[in-house]
Amino acid sequence: MKLQKRTVGLVIYFVLLLLPIYWMLNMSLRTNADIMKVFTFYPHEPTIANYVKIFTDESWYSGYLNSFYYVSMNVVFSLLTALPAAYAFSRYTFLGDKHLFFWLLTNRMAPAAVFLLPFFQLYSTFGLIDTHFAVALSHCLFNVPLAVWVLEGFMSGVPREIDEMAYIDGYSFPRFFLTIFMPLIRTGIGVTAFFCFMFSWVELLLARTLTTTEAKPIAAIMTRTVSASGLDWGLLAAAGVLTIVPGALVIWFVRNHLAKGFALGRV
Amino acid sequence: MNKWEDNKAWLMVIPVFLVVAVSAILPLMTVVNYSIQDIFGPGQRVFVGTEWYREALLDPRLHEALGRQLLFSSLVLLIEIPLGILIALMIPKKGWGASLSLVLVALPLLIPWNVIGTIWIIFTRPDIGLFGAAINSMGLPFDHTASPLDAWITVMLMEVWHWTPLVVLLAYAGLRAIPEAYFQAARIDGASNWATFRYIQLPKMRGVLTIAILLRFMDSFLIYAEPFVLTGGGPGNSTTFLSIYLVKQAVGQFDLGPAAAFSIIYFLIILLFCWLFYQALIKVGTGDKP
Repeated sequence: MKLQKRTVGLVIYFVLLLLPIYWMLNMSLRTNADIMKVFTFYPHEPTIANYVKIFTDESWYSGYLNSFYYVSMNVVFSLLTALPAAYAFSRYTFLGDKHLFFWLLTNRMAPAAVFLLPFFQLYSTFGLIDTHFAVALSHCLFNVPLAVWVLEGFMSGVPREIDEMAYIDGYSFPRFFLTIFMPLIRTGIGVTAFFCFMFSWVELLLARTLTTTEAKPIAAIMTRTVSASGLDWGLLAAAGVLTIVPGALVIWFVRNHLAKGFALGRV
Repeated sequence: MNKWEDNKAWLMVIPVFLVVAVSAILPLMTVVNYSIQDIFGPGQRVFVGTEWYREALLDPRLHEALGRQLLFSSLVLLIEIPLGILIALMIPKKGWGASLSLVLVALPLLIPWNVIGTIWIIFTRPDIGLFGAAINSMGLPFDHTASPLDAWITVMLMEVWHWTPLVVLLAYAGLRAIPEAYFQAARIDGASNWATFRYIQLPKMRGVLTIAILLRFMDSFLIYAEPFVLTGGGPGNSTTFLSIYLVKQAVGQFDLGPAAAFSIIYFLIILLFCWLFYQALIKVGTGDKP
């Protein structure tokens, strides 16, 4: 009985959660005129014209490739730099550690609008404008602090005795970190990777400011097309449906790391 | 906290410090620089000291926007944190149900923010949108373009729909990281579900919940794209949050000085609140340390 109540609650939540997404899917399979005129629960004359346009027009599908490219770069950067740093914060006290830890997070607190111009100036000084690297690096500003904070939380959940035992057993630090410690916090690594992916994927202002043509992200291409000749709601909805797909795949791959948690008996 | 004391740990932190500092410090200094000058053009700048700051702090419309922003962010925290924990508790621990739930929960997070606003415009339209039509068919008049209350409800619903999943994922990962032994011990002691939650799960989730609260606070305080696309800050000024007001001020102005001063004040407000939350949440932790 208890289990059932819990399932019912979950199902209700998911139905509510999926309604706007269903509506987006519904819109993506209809023409613009049809969307603006008729209220309908499902498309009566479904058309895939919107999707065809995205997959055949290079200015559209290159946006997905660009986004995917710099987002992957950003996730790798963020995890590689944040893992050792999070370990340092969770295991050691050192000069200025608490201040540095909190300072990291303050980088997420600035309103983007006014910071865009200085960003553009800084990156053009180094000739980085319109490269995937520039977007990946600028997204580190908010993803690296997040990664350090989330990973530190998970690492602090692992008892320090495990580290001590491993060192007594003669493990070197890299070997201990890769073979014992990382498997223990894989839940945290999974969550962190997904969050970095997600925040970088949906970020619009920085990505749009730092790119012109070569590395234009999909979110910016959507707004550009929208402002050109009024709103093409159907096309926009189709593009929206397609932006969900890569992220859904990412979470499908990390789901096991999320769901398994960690077993203390491993060491 | 019994940690090792070792300044060599800095070596592990240096990469993060460099990566973040490159993008953080120079732009921040530039904005501070703007905020104390009156810029007429290249090479023509006048030092004005704190004038822009005084102007911003005395602006009554900024006070109103700040009030709205505080109310909005408080509601966000009050709704999303408990709801997120509740849903995380309902998601099964393993099996296909867990996998499916995690993928479904994550979906709203993956849509670019400007698209979310656009989709919700249609979704809430009374004539062609599911939500608007459903509310109207229940006999309730609903129009977020005319009534400030309806606009608030719509923006709140969108925000809760969009961001509760973040809290769910964090809380769920936190729950999964609790060793099974704790639950076995609780079962042996005959602890009720509530007691298990209050004395085992909640304290163990403190770390992830701290992150969730801080993230939700700062991101909701900076919210821009979704309400801007959905309501444009209206009707009237009823959903003009701080960032929307900031952009209204900055756009079309040749001089970035006042907007820069506004940004610095904005930043300091968020910093202050986050610091207070952080201090409070650390203290809670030392009370009932596991």
